[in-house]
Amino acid sequence: MAAISREEVAHLARLSRLAVTEEELDTFAGQLDVILQAVAQVGEVAAADIPPTSHSVPLTNVLREDVVVPGLTPQEALSGAPDAEEQRFRVPRILDEDVAS
Amino acid sequence: MTTTLPAYDEVVARYEPVIGLETHVELGTNTKMFCGCPTDFGGEPNTRVCPVCLGLPGSLPVANKAAIEATIRIGLALNCSIAEWCRFARKNYFYPDMPKDFQISQYDEPLCFGGYLDVEVNGELVRIGIERVHLEEDTGKTLHVGGATGRIHGATESLVDYNRAGIPLVEIVTKPVPGTGALAPEVARAYVTELRDVIRSLGVSDVRMEEGSLRCDVNTSLNLPGEEWGTRTETKNVNSLRSVERAVRSEIIRQASVLDAGGRITQETRHFHEDTGDTTPGRSKETATDYRYFPEPDLVPLAPDTAWVAELKAALPELPRLHRRRLQEQWGLSDADMQSVLNAGAVELIEATIAAGATPAGARKWWLGELSRRANEAGVELADVGATPAQVAELQGLVDAGKLNDKLARTVLEGVLAGEGSPTQIMTNRNLEVVSDTGALTAAVDEAIAANPDIADKIRSGKVAAAGALVGAVMKTTRGQADAKTVRELILERLGAA
Amino acid sequence: MTDLTRMTATEIAGLVASGETSAVEVTRAHLDRIAAVDDRVNAFLHVDSEGALAAAAEVDARRAAGEELGPLAGVPIAVKDVLTTKGVPTTVGSKILEGWRPPYDSTIVQRLRAAGTVMLGKTNMDEFAMGSSTEYSAYGPTHNPWDLSRIPGGSGGGSSAALAAYEAPLAIGSDTGGSIRQPGAVTGTVGAKPTYGGTSRYGLVAFSSSLDTPGPCARNVLDAALLHEAIGGHDPRDSTSIPQPVPDVVAAARRGATGDLSGVKLGIVTEFAAEGVEPGVTAAFRESVDTLAKLGAEIVEVSCPHFTYALPAYYLIAPSEASSNLARFDGVRFGLRVGDDGNRSLEEVMSLTREAGFGAEVKRRIMIGTYALSSGYYDAYYGQAQKVRTLITRDFTAAFERVDALISPTTPFVAFPLGARTADPYQMYLADLFTIPTNLYGGPGISVPCGLSEGLPVGLQVMAPTMADDRMYRVAAALESVVGTFTPPAL
Ligand SMILES: [Mg+2]
Ligand SMILES: [Zn+2]
Repeated sequence: MAAISREEVAHLARLSRLAVTEEELDTFAGQLDVILQAVAQVGEVAAADIPPTSHSVPLTNVLREDVVVPGLTPQEALSGAPDAEEQRFRVPRILDEDVAS
Repeated sequence: MTTTLPAYDEVVARYEPVIGLETHVELGTNTKMFCGCPTDFGGEPNTRVCPVCLGLPGSLPVANKAAIEATIRIGLALNCSIAEWCRFARKNYFYPDMPKDFQISQYDEPLCFGGYLDVEVNGELVRIGIERVHLEEDTGKTLHVGGATGRIHGATESLVDYNRAGIPLVEIVTKPVPGTGALAPEVARAYVTELRDVIRSLGVSDVRMEEGSLRCDVNTSLNLPGEEWGTRTETKNVNSLRSVERAVRSEIIRQASVLDAGGRITQETRHFHEDTGDTTPGRSKETATDYRYFPEPDLVPLAPDTAWVAELKAALPELPRLHRRRLQEQWGLSDADMQSVLNAGAVELIEATIAAGATPAGARKWWLGELSRRANEAGVELADVGATPAQVAELQGLVDAGKLNDKLARTVLEGVLAGEGSPTQIMTNRNLEVVSDTGALTAAVDEAIAANPDIADKIRSGKVAAAGALVGAVMKTTRGQADAKTVRELILERLGAA
Repeated sequence: MTDLTRMTATEIAGLVASGETSAVEVTRAHLDRIAAVDDRVNAFLHVDSEGALAAAAEVDARRAAGEELGPLAGVPIAVKDVLTTKGVPTTVGSKILEGWRPPYDSTIVQRLRAAGTVMLGKTNMDEFAMGSSTEYSAYGPTHNPWDLSRIPGGSGGGSSAALAAYEAPLAIGSDTGGSIRQPGAVTGTVGAKPTYGGTSRYGLVAFSSSLDTPGPCARNVLDAALLHEAIGGHDPRDSTSIPQPVPDVVAAARRGATGDLSGVKLGIVTEFAAEGVEPGVTAAFRESVDTLAKLGAEIVEVSCPHFTYALPAYYLIAPSEASSNLARFDGVRFGLRVGDDGNRSLEEVMSLTREAGFGAEVKRRIMIGTYALSSGYYDAYYGQAQKVRTLITRDFTAAFERVDALISPTTPFVAFPLGARTADPYQMYLADLFTIPTNLYGGPGISVPCGLSEGLPVGLQVMAPTMADDRMYRVAAALESVVGTFTPPAL
């Protein structure tokens, strides 16, 4: 049976902020299924008691001193902005309310 | 709403509230959490940004040592355990005020965990369990344009300023607090107040709720006695200590009215409104957001060694509650008196004034009396009223030495506030010292007697009370620089009424 | 006079230092070559002639002023478009960054400038380094100079093709699952992936943060070592940067060039033999193994049982990190914005922008990663993959207790025809079969040409323990001293 349904792919696309087309959904559903079936092989490995590796470097406590360093000018900061107003980045009206910190 | 709400007392008689608080504190470090940009408040939009806090492609975070230490100190002050090893995690969600569209935070490995904070409510100690204290980054500020009063609804566009993005934010989460009954709102307020004082005493943040450097979310639920805890709501946008109390109260009442009507509480985020004092539901999401947390690969783990933590612990100041206790005893104040000192925000000032040589009573008299009045008039903090503890101590010293009476002292204080110099200087310059030489006084007294023969006769005939009028006359001629008591004695003596 | 574009970086630096030629002349020669062949190779996304000539003139001026020049001063270099270059377009091979001129330089590029190298431009790549053939570039595929109808490998096909086409003597790549070594192998050039943390990621547009490693590409081992030395070393702006000096890779390359490998113990990974390797590749590899043995190396078989699971683990970890790293491409602060008609909401505009700005492979990986990180699947996919990563690391550690370095073919197959594997994404993934384990472990790996199969280059990979990058250079240089370098047919 398939590892992932067309509906799940549509949901993933929404979560990923991708306005995929219907045709894409068909193609992706098939392709993601093949990929997920293949990568699911990791499940064959008995690793219950194995610690996960998130970083390959054996470093801890890499910290910087609390000293100000020059950053960008507002012009530089906004230089790549698709749209700006009043020295701020302009975006279209927002639907979602902040999920907040 | 048309349905009339039940009365609070009546509600808490039937329901048991459970509260929980989630507090965010902006640290007062020089630089942001993961870059060297300054954190100073205000400033033109997007003037405190760099590739890192703008989330530009290719940029990488490096953690601020001072922020880590501040968080550990907060954890220690809240009796938490400090993780021997923990990682930052990415909290993934799309929002324009978050430059990377994920927030660097901590998930299941907080830096500090399992502590408590004791708070006093009506002289009773309540122990609030601390679930966790973790570190994360703040978001930018979004300006909603076109809608009503900067609200997001009805806005046609939004403008984003990333000056605040990346400022270190400490999140402090309590364990659920049951069993406080009718006191729940006051307990909530007392907790946030105490937490604010603790953090202020650590000097790691200015913890100003109005400036947003201290933000509070309040969780509330109700259950019937003997039943399990009810569904909780999370009230956001609670921006003052008073609001903390009001938010809990109004949410308790609201939930009770829902339950009484046979309804069920939906787990949701609600927004508190300062003006009306009630809460309204936030945009309820049918499916809970999945933040897809995972360990931040761009930051290596934190592993504070015991020596480091011990060093930080040794440097902790005395906790505000204990400090206040000690001062109250030293100053011999009743709980009520101590409370008025606290309300006036005069603790440190009185401490310093006493240190400068004044008596506790003397120091308190000036700061809570004349100076508080002046501060209120000028609408400034007591500390900024314009007199230093040293000056106040010197002033009180002159009074104690009999060189100034209260009236003269207040005149001198005016000079101090006007910046004319030290109390002693002002006293001499303005020639305000009490006249103690009796020769000069006797002359003034005789003068007054001669000028008011009828009053003098009354006194001679035993109507001693009439002496007041002559005293007034003498004080007038000596421009208030005489000591009223001495003057009275002299008068009675001269008129043989002594 | 002799063709400057055919020279090694070492030779060019020598001529510039001695004044026999100028950095400007060298740069002109390479810009001319690019103008002559790149319309067929498409190795470059952006050629910065002006900047290059200015940088070259500066080197010449410094020399004239009697300044001491570094070992690579005046040498032209091509930089993969994954590294930010201040004021110079940086697209990562994606439409979503079309026209973006970063306001800052990556650490690698800063160090290249400091070394006096002359950046010719930015090279083509699979979009966001996600691919193994450079066919997933939003700006058209790069063609393999050995056979223009074939792929140059990927994701750094542009950098390796630029070397093979003599458009540049040096190039920078980035290696997340083989993107430096694999293109090196199929273009007959040298590509080295340093130890993770040995080269700075600051300014490297992230694909998979825990795997991405920038590194050197060259036409010979010594040049690669010199470039490695120039860009390597600790960078305080990268928290994962190792605070240790770069191993002496240059000395190791020189030592290897003497052709003496006595006392060196090399391991062949048993599990790799099982995988579907082309006979021609196996033959070339076997021959090189004999050569290495003749040079005095002791060859043994070592088993790394979990390498079999490296590919699936990689294709969970990399997409998961990518799904988060690529979230910032939302049309708010930089790059493309689509559909902002004044009515649509930000959410709609974001989705339309990402839909239009990302290619199919990027979308696939974003969705796979989003899936693997979702609360319901995290443990079975991302979490489990991280555990497998631990086991693969243990396999390496155990192997390096027995041998100094591991060797294998770099790729299971030689350059395949354009389009041969795009229909089935997973078939494309197989190209990284032998390179991926090293990335999961974090150690260094190098691909060095070891022969031809049906006239197409075959690469041999040397894998060493973390921070023992020098070992792989010694072995690679020794093999090179016998098999030599490989020259493609004239374009
Ligand atoms: Mg938070
Ligand atoms: Zn910054």
